[in-house]
Amino acid sequence: MKGLIKAEVRRLVKRRITRLMAVLLVLGLGAIAVAFTVGSQKVGPAQVAAAEAEAQRQYEESLRWHEQMVADCEAAKARGEDITQRFPPDCGNEPGYAPQREQFDASWNLPYEFHFREQFGVFISIFAGIVALFGFIVGASYVGAEWHTGGMMNLLLWRPRRLSVLFTKLGVLLGGVLAVTVVLGALWTAAFWFIGRYDGQTGKMTQGAWESFALSGARGAGLVLAVTAVAFGLASLGRHTAMALGVAVGVGVVSEIGMRIALGIAEIRFADRWVLSTYALAWFEKRWELQDWRACNISFSGQCEPDMFVVTWQQSALVFGVGTAAVLAAAIWLMRSRDIT
Amino acid sequence: MHTQYVVGVTAVLEIEGLRKTYRSRRKGARRALDGFDMVVEAGQVHGFLGPNGSGKTTTLRTLLGLIRPNGGRMAILGEEVPARLSSVAGRVGAIVESPQFFPHFSAQDTLSLLADAGEVPQARVAEVLELVGLRDRAKERVKTYSLGMKQRLAVASALLKNPQLLILDEPANGLDPGGIREMRDLMRQLSASGMTVVLSSHILGEVQQICDSVTIISLGRRVASGPVAEVLAQHSGGGVVVRLESAGDLSSAAQVLVAAGARVDLKPDHLLVTGVDKPAWVTRTLAGRELYVSELAPVTVDLESVFLELTGTAPVAGQHRQVDQSVEVPA
Repeated sequence: MKGLIKAEVRRLVKRRITRLMAVLLVLGLGAIAVAFTVGSQKVGPAQVAAAEAEAQRQYEESLRWHEQMVADCEAAKARGEDITQRFPPDCGNEPGYAPQREQFDASWNLPYEFHFREQFGVFISIFAGIVALFGFIVGASYVGAEWHTGGMMNLLLWRPRRLSVLFTKLGVLLGGVLAVTVVLGALWTAAFWFIGRYDGQTGKMTQGAWESFALSGARGAGLVLAVTAVAFGLASLGRHTAMALGVAVGVGVVSEIGMRIALGIAEIRFADRWVLSTYALAWFEKRWELQDWRACNISFSGQCEPDMFVVTWQQSALVFGVGTAAVLAAAIWLMRSRDIT
Repeated sequence: MHTQYVVGVTAVLEIEGLRKTYRSRRKGARRALDGFDMVVEAGQVHGFLGPNGSGKTTTLRTLLGLIRPNGGRMAILGEEVPARLSSVAGRVGAIVESPQFFPHFSAQDTLSLLADAGEVPQARVAEVLELVGLRDRAKERVKTYSLGMKQRLAVASALLKNPQLLILDEPANGLDPGGIREMRDLMRQLSASGMTVVLSSHILGEVQQICDSVTIISLGRRVASGPVAEVLAQHSGGGVVVRLESAGDLSSAAQVLVAAGARVDLKPDHLLVTGVDKPAWVTRTLAGRELYVSELAPVTVDLESVFLELTGTAPVAGQHRQVDQSVEVPA
């Protein structure tokens, strides 16, 4: 068994698609980190002062424009022209019509400053999405190309216990993708912490804040592994990489476009509850609210509140868990029973 | 002709009553193996012959656990398969049909990964590459290989385990004449070292030269088996070619032999006489009528003609035989 595991680890690492996708993954994640390093700037007294000065400048310019407009209006009025189309009532002399200083918020002029504690959660989702794509392609190709090129058949001549071969391959793949996720996840976290530390703010990172990020990371890693396993299962079912890619495109088109259009036409309430991406969002955000603006629930304040449907991360876990289990079960059943011709 | 072939204690491969039916919703059921039997004795080079679609590859794949049979019994090296296949797989090297490898790996990588998977020492990789003549091209990607080179790699992968039983499906496919001869020598060498080789091939001249015994399959059933010489003898018909000193006497000689109880086919320059126990009887009978024989030779058949006869696949002028279109030849 050790020999098979060693061979599969070597095979996975040796494959061109694994190496290519790993390079693209690192470059892609690196590019995002670099963009935020360059884009984020620590805000200090000098930046605040500059922003205040800019806000003042904008206020004064706006005031000049206003005064010019009032003068033009008065002049037109004196000439007996119709001013109602071109100028505000009373030529803008009404109280409160002139620009006020407090309308020009200095914070609008501050440079972008990355805030680790407040914003890193979104970056965990972005990271998980990108690594899941990596896992999908590598997972599908790893077993799909093996079947398609006859490598799997050769291997089964050496190792006739089919399920043992399938589970070893799946285990090695998931282990490999998990290792990539953990290592790159740690680097990703470190990169953004450094961006916050030197080009932005880290915020007060309490133990609770780190735990929250760790849980988000664990959910992200779970999704990466589920996507990888589904890709592996689909490619194994179809004995071709294209099977997994085809199903992914099919599900994408049917779920994200077809279902949305069809349910929209049928005016089904909370149509997005039937769309997979809703469950992905709920998985990352812990809960995702869908609103039906056609319903009106009068609140205490007398306002009209829409109906709401909440998708929780537990429901997402059920949807993704059952889907992954079903695909893997089918792949295992077919691996046991199929004639390899 | 269905030959009884006694199962010896040294059989390394035994198949009895193997059945396999492929079912497809579109094409219905197709019986690929219909009670097929086969025995291969230890140390032999055994030819496994049959027309396209006769069930050869299905047999080999079933034996190797790639296809599930519907019935019958199989044993390799004394172990029942597929139940105990995993315990004998390490002693069986096989290539099934055309060689297939991951195209972006080199031969070296391909064999090295298989060696790891099978827990075979890596040193063996260099040995088999040398053996099949791929040493100098071992680091090139398989996608750059010709069919013959891929075939050599396939043989190398089968030899990697240093198996007791080597199963080769069309190993000469795509090889150049030199390669075919090398393959033949390799088979002999392996057999001499004690390895049992099962060889499926359509190059019947090769099979006749290197195989000790054969099994011929047609329509999913064994139609002949046994040592090559025995199979040939059983299908030679015991005929003799008779030439006379004077070709003008052929007609009268034919009449004499027919009258004496033989079956005679009159040809322009000779007689083909069958139904005689001993060729000397022909000489004696004709000499008694003052007809003198200048040449008396037993009719020899080759494996190709026996194969074509037994499988009913001999070409017929004006007809285009389709794959699977074998005919049942009466036993």
